[in-house]
Amino acid sequence: MSNMSVTLAGVELKNPVVTASGTFGSGQEYGEFMDLNRLGGVVTKGVANVPWTGNPVPRVCETPSGMLNAIGLQNPGIDVFCERDIPFLRKYDTRIIVNVCGRSEQDYCEVVERLSDEPVDLLEINVSCPNVREGGIAFGQDPKALFRITQEIKKHAKQPVIMKLSPNVTDITEMARAAESAGADALSLINTLTGMKIDINRRTFALANRTGGLSGPAIRPVAVRMVYETVRAVSVPVIGMGGIMKAEDALEFIMAGATCVAVGTANFHDPNAAEKIVDGIGAFLESRNISDIRDIRGIVQE
Amino acid sequence: MKQLENCRIISQTQIEPGIFDLWLEAGAIADAAAAGQFVSVYTRDPSRLLPRPVSLAQIDRESGRIRLIYRVTGPDTGTEQLSKLHAGVPLRVLGPLGNGFPLQEVRNKKVLLFGGGIGIPPMLETARALAADHGTEVTAVLGYRTGSFLADEFREVCHVLISTEDGSVGTRGTVLDAVRSDGRQADAAFACGPRAMLRAVKEYCEAINMPCWISMEERMACGIGACLGCVCETKEVDGHSHVHNARICKDGPVFVSTEVVL
Ligand SMILES: Cc1cc2nc3c(=O)[nH]c(=O)nc-3n(C[C@H](O)[C@H](O)[C@H](O)COP(=O)(O)OP(=O)(O)OC[C@H]3O[C@@H](n4cnc5c(N)ncnc54)[C@H](O)[C@@H]3O)c2cc1C
Ligand SMILES: Cc1cc2nc3c(=O)[nH]c(=O)nc-3n(C[C@H](O)[C@H](O)[C@H](O)COP(=O)(O)O)c2cc1C
Ligand code: FES
Repeated sequence: MSNMSVTLAGVELKNPVVTASGTFGSGQEYGEFMDLNRLGGVVTKGVANVPWTGNPVPRVCETPSGMLNAIGLQNPGIDVFCERDIPFLRKYDTRIIVNVCGRSEQDYCEVVERLSDEPVDLLEINVSCPNVREGGIAFGQDPKALFRITQEIKKHAKQPVIMKLSPNVTDITEMARAAESAGADALSLINTLTGMKIDINRRTFALANRTGGLSGPAIRPVAVRMVYETVRAVSVPVIGMGGIMKAEDALEFIMAGATCVAVGTANFHDPNAAEKIVDGIGAFLESRNISDIRDIRGIVQE
Repeated sequence: MKQLENCRIISQTQIEPGIFDLWLEAGAIADAAAAGQFVSVYTRDPSRLLPRPVSLAQIDRESGRIRLIYRVTGPDTGTEQLSKLHAGVPLRVLGPLGNGFPLQEVRNKKVLLFGGGIGIPPMLETARALAADHGTEVTAVLGYRTGSFLADEFREVCHVLISTEDGSVGTRGTVLDAVRSDGRQADAAFACGPRAMLRAVKEYCEAINMPCWISMEERMACGIGACLGCVCETKEVDGHSHVHNARICKDGPVFVSTEVVL
């Protein structure tokens, strides 16, 4: 068996496959279809200091080889999350990565502080949600704002901090460098690309929020390119995501230099997708006589 | 247990212009399914990622078959692609999903089953399940624009009232017009159909203090409660979400009418 384990910001994962935030809840629902112990980690749905109601419906729609969503970060708040979701995930031998959202610097810090005594392995900070007006993406599109919030969060965080980057920027490497220089322990990308669909029969927007985040295979080439550029711009590890449907897609990200990969929209197409991707990466390594996944990480150069 | 099953198409026929009647071999789903639940059907086109939620119109546990009755919503849609498939073709189906109608709650009572348009099919399995219980007095109130698809199958198991918008069959008007003109009394109601019908049925039942359960629809992605795509507004703070929202795919699609805001 080839070695599949990887180290991300000092935390060892049994394999590089995690779930993408917001597509997997806290694992309860998909746990009915797959063995969560097989995953390198579960990245939970974004959680804020207090409950958020989210956006009006329709919140999702299908697009060619993808989908738009504008959930609006509905979440039950950090207290319920700590009481219910963390104990659930603790029953499994998989890393717990908590995705954090907020409307202000203070919101983020409150959640991060609340999590400092909780048995979670890593924090992923969502400063790139295109679907909420305040906070979220406001921090993710300006390198100075990103630097400041990363620095502030690092002061309060006990676990390693992954900053999740938005693709809705001109130069992803500028954002990556800002987060790294502020102390981010790792980066994850890409969040969704802002999009719009119009329902010509109803003569209105397909989503109540008008715009939504585009995900799925439609964005994969953009994501692979951005991961490739980011890996070359910073020295912290990167979690790559965007349209990964099968092991071959995940391997593109790894060869571009990603340490881990996250599976998102694919879960909706096949509730066993993440587990199949773990199996598929293993089979690929075996069949090519690659003894360690690290041997192919970032193997694509210039 | 819900699962992703590779089902085989047994037969598919068009029963009305644009409405298709599909039987699937789905042993595991049939085994676990109940009236008012739905399945999510994946198309065979890999560029259409999301499954189509479709209610169970009939469940045959003995032969391990399920029946789906669906409308093709337009040209170049997933349902149009599905409608072209023949017997023998495999389809990936996720199910059974959602909670279903609370059949126990209406046992040995008089119950009205309101179905409107493409909300009629799930009422067929519901009527069959309730009718198997001889003490329960079932009346299906079926609302159509025109015509009366499936009405004969309902007549095999329960009493039937019909309304049509054009007056071509039964009472001209809505399902409530059909009930009022019949003067029928009942103890409880189940309903599935367009939002305007659900709202009217909810108001009608609440005004006369009749318990009512309604089956809701929304755009879905995961279909199992993970993505929070398919919520409806709830009167009280929901036990799972901790806000005034419930997941239609997981906590529903059937809700007590007084629990939800329409
Ligand atoms: C719980 C539930 C039960 C349903 N039961 C039935 C049934 O028994 N028979 C039936 O004909 N229809 C039913 N529907 C509606 C059915 O899901 C849609 O008509 C169908 O998804 C449309 O897909 P399409 O391929 O024709 O359209 P497309 O335009 O190709 O669909 C694009 C996307 O939008 C979604 N979508 C489009 N319209 C709807 C809609 N009205 N509701 C939910 N999603 C939609 C599709 O699932 C798909 O993800 C049900 C819906 C729900 C939520
Ligand atoms: C329905 C949905 C909800 C999402 N919610 C979140 C979220 O709460 N926090 C976050 O950081 N990203 C969220 N995302 C973005 C995903 O984590 C991921 O970055 C993106 O979808 C690209 O990956 P994919 O193409 O594999 O889905 C969400 C995506 C989807 C489709
Ligand atoms: S469709 Fe994902 S929660 Fe209902």
